[in-house]
Amino acid sequence: MGESDEVKLLGAWPSPLAIRARIAFNIKNVNYDFIQEDVEAKSELLLKLNPVHKRIPVLVHGDKPICESLIIVEYIDDVWSSGPSILPSDPYDRAIARFWATYIDEKWFSYFKGINATLQEKPKKAAVDQTVEGLLVLEEAFVKCSDGKPFFGGDQIGYLDLAMGGYLAWLTVTENMNGIKLLDQAKTPQLLKWAERFRQHPAVIGVMPETERLTEYANYILPKMRGDNPPK
Amino acid sequence: MAESSEVKLLGTWWSPFAMRSRIALNIKHVNYAFVDENLLSKSELLLKSNSVHKKIPVLIHGDKPVCESLIIVQYIDDVWTSDPSILPSDPYDRATALFWAAYLDEKWFPALKGILFGQGEDAKKALVDQAVEALVLVEEAFGKCSKGKPFFGGDQIGYVDIAFGCFLAMIRVTEKFNDIKLLDQAKTPELVKWAERFCQHPAVNGVMPETEELAEYAEIAIVKMRDANPPKS
Repeated sequence: MGESDEVKLLGAWPSPLAIRARIAFNIKNVNYDFIQEDVEAKSELLLKLNPVHKRIPVLVHGDKPICESLIIVEYIDDVWSSGPSILPSDPYDRAIARFWATYIDEKWFSYFKGINATLQEKPKKAAVDQTVEGLLVLEEAFVKCSDGKPFFGGDQIGYLDLAMGGYLAWLTVTENMNGIKLLDQAKTPQLLKWAERFRQHPAVIGVMPETERLTEYANYILPKMRGDNPPK
Repeated sequence: MAESSEVKLLGTWWSPFAMRSRIALNIKHVNYAFVDENLLSKSELLLKSNSVHKKIPVLIHGDKPVCESLIIVQYIDDVWTSDPSILPSDPYDRATALFWAAYLDEKWFPALKGILFGQGEDAKKALVDQAVEALVLVEEAFGKCSKGKPFFGGDQIGYVDIAFGCFLAMIRVTEKFNDIKLLDQAKTPELVKWAERFCQHPAVNGVMPETEELAEYAEIAIVKMRDANPPKS
């Protein structure tokens, strides 16, 4: 499959995982067709292209589907190899980037989604505490990976910036909705500054959902996902 | 880190995840020191090298630790670039290999673990069905990835062979203890043949535990888990 074959991305504008793929495309200046999926009613196309997991995002390159957001990002980096690199070139740095991306998806995200998964005080507070603890770990990781530079990837945004950055809009919305601070000047000053820089990066602007729009969406979707009782 | 720096692997003889790293190192003919950890009393080195998860395997190359079994395999492939390659060179084949390995860890392994260590007949039956269903998908994947050749990786064992093959001894023990068939001549005939070839591969046969030995160890582990988590009456 060559650089010039048709490229489609099945995703949804609020999805952190789709955001990763979209930023990767922007970094490489790749034109693609963004096909918005209705998360409440999966299309025939999605079910056909990702029969195993039935979830977005799915990259379709020519006629070949690629699934799983981080695998998609690596694929984009492999195929469009003339653009700026997304993964580090050094094998050890690459292993570290993959380690932290895995940590974010497997550990950190399970804490983070716990915050909005419940309306009850105690489990919510527990989820908040675990999320913040995870961010402290990621703050340390940022300091090591960035080595004094603006991004996890160094001078340019890279794999780990995408992995974490995909969640930033939801982080802000969650902070607002719950009256809490997750990224915090006192505890995670470097991540706070990184988040600002990330949001302003040309490959990110236009892909990062607006806070207001995402809040409206969150107010719609979260009660459904939680199965909240309808108001009397 | 240069190819020639010292290599240590922290693991256990029974861990499928440590086995992945060992097979990869064997494929590349890398000399390494295997540190068989006692997970009930983790070494300082392990706690220091994997302070986030405190889990094996950990590859220590020179003084740099690499954690997470699949990340370790990719690292080995990246550093020791001599043939054979572990990951496919074609980007789409590579994405496909990464996909199936991730599927095995996310969907398949929890079911296998649940059958081996779980309690409760109904719960186990559901997991067995899940596991067999997953294996039928993996059988299909084998057909597509191998393209008529002996391994997922083609002529040579590759990433998915390693990612899945490491579970073979555990599969046999689970089948034996529960009197079931997971890899099955009727439903997964290609995988049954592949399993035979995989176990005989020179990079594998020194590190795959003997079924009897693993069964003995598993029996003890299962009893310990049951004592720690008695079923609710």
